[in-house]
Amino acid sequence: MHALVDQFFNVAIMAQAMPIMLRGLGWTLVLCAVAVPCSFLAGVLIAVLGTVRFAPVRWLMVIYVDLLRSIPPLVLLILVAAALPFAGIRLSPFAAVLLALTLNASSFYGEIVRAGIESIGTGQWHAARSTGLSYAQSLVHVILPQALRNVLPDLASNTLEVIKLTALASVVSFQELLYSADMARSVTYNSSPITLAALIYLIFLWPLVRLIGRLEHGVKA
Amino acid sequence: MTTDQPILEVRGLQKQYGRHVALAGIDLKIAAGELVFVIGPSGSGKSTLLRCLNRLEEPDHGQILFEGQDMSGKKNDLNLLRQRVGMVFQAFNLYPHLTALGNVTLAVRKVLRKSREAADAIGLAALRQVGLVEKAGSYPNELSGGQQQRVGIARALALEPKVVLFDEPTSALDPELVRSVLEVMRDLKRAGMTMVVVSHEMKFAREAADRVIFMAEGAIVEQGPPEEIFSHAREPRTRAFLSQVGA
Repeated sequence: MHALVDQFFNVAIMAQAMPIMLRGLGWTLVLCAVAVPCSFLAGVLIAVLGTVRFAPVRWLMVIYVDLLRSIPPLVLLILVAAALPFAGIRLSPFAAVLLALTLNASSFYGEIVRAGIESIGTGQWHAARSTGLSYAQSLVHVILPQALRNVLPDLASNTLEVIKLTALASVVSFQELLYSADMARSVTYNSSPITLAALIYLIFLWPLVRLIGRLEHGVKA
Repeated sequence: MTTDQPILEVRGLQKQYGRHVALAGIDLKIAAGELVFVIGPSGSGKSTLLRCLNRLEEPDHGQILFEGQDMSGKKNDLNLLRQRVGMVFQAFNLYPHLTALGNVTLAVRKVLRKSREAADAIGLAALRQVGLVEKAGSYPNELSGGQQQRVGIARALALEPKVVLFDEPTSALDPELVRSVLEVMRDLKRAGMTMVVVSHEMKFAREAADRVIFMAEGAIVEQGPPEEIFSHAREPRTRAFLSQVGA
């Protein structure tokens, strides 16, 4: 029991690791702040392109989504980080992580937004188009606001997943929260920094989890 | 342009869904200020005809002329035609995320490119026309069916259309709410609006329509003044339909 407390709940070690972990947390937040909007917007674009009349574009979107949903995000990240340099594309760890996360998360956002768009009846399209609004105007002002509202719990839920996926960045030496914790662990021969990382994730994500729970109950059928 | 030129005309309009013939070659001229009533059994192509008139539905063959100008064909500005030919729907199709005023002003701002202030003034005037100016800030789910449909009419009117198409505007309404909608349509008629109405409100047709068209199987079977159609229909199919709906 004493060994467990010493190895995982060592307050002195945690205090020692705190500065480097806070820097890691900062990078995690930066990564989230860029990756979430990027992958959400890419997802909306994928969903919208999935509704166009020109069939080949729709097929491309289906292939994109299917492909990226089938590749584990960790595999995708290592692939992006390891393979692209051979193609002459040298990405910083941040850019590699951002690219891999956006590729992965946009496919999920895309599926959610597509379901949202499909939940809106043709009557709304008819009404919008009958007043002379163009396809794009109808989408932006009539369809998407309703579609996104209908799938808000799923969007929030996917956002939670994206935030947690940022921890993968540690495997390509991007110094986010988990990487910093692991570094502190290897220096101190003590796992308490990992516990601290878990606690920090918990503190940040638990409110989001609660919010999702409330959204799921609050959305009317 | 002569005065007797129809405001809206279709020639040889055909539409097919797979093997089902929805419109089997319709020729129709609608004069400015005319209220044309289209009746017929379900599946007779009435609603398809209406949706072809503003090209919400793309006809397979035929021409649509607005004020003598050919509006069929890809190169035409569809959104311009739609702005001139407004539409009112059976299920209202109001935007649930916008207020009554927001519903009415969206196209005024985005299609006519008016400023928000100008659009609001136009929108409030349109809502006043249908007697709902005090409901400008209400959302559709806070309005009765009849009120929602009047907002739907205001939404079409705000674009100052030359023609308004009504697709069964009262058939989703409880009987006691129908009257307020018909009242608005009557006012529009008095103001000289050209209207094409698909509806089962035979009493209203008898009293307000200039012309009644009976359609069956995608074709116009018979047309004439309401008195003639309702009391002296020549075609057996027309008489059978009218006795069926109790008109």
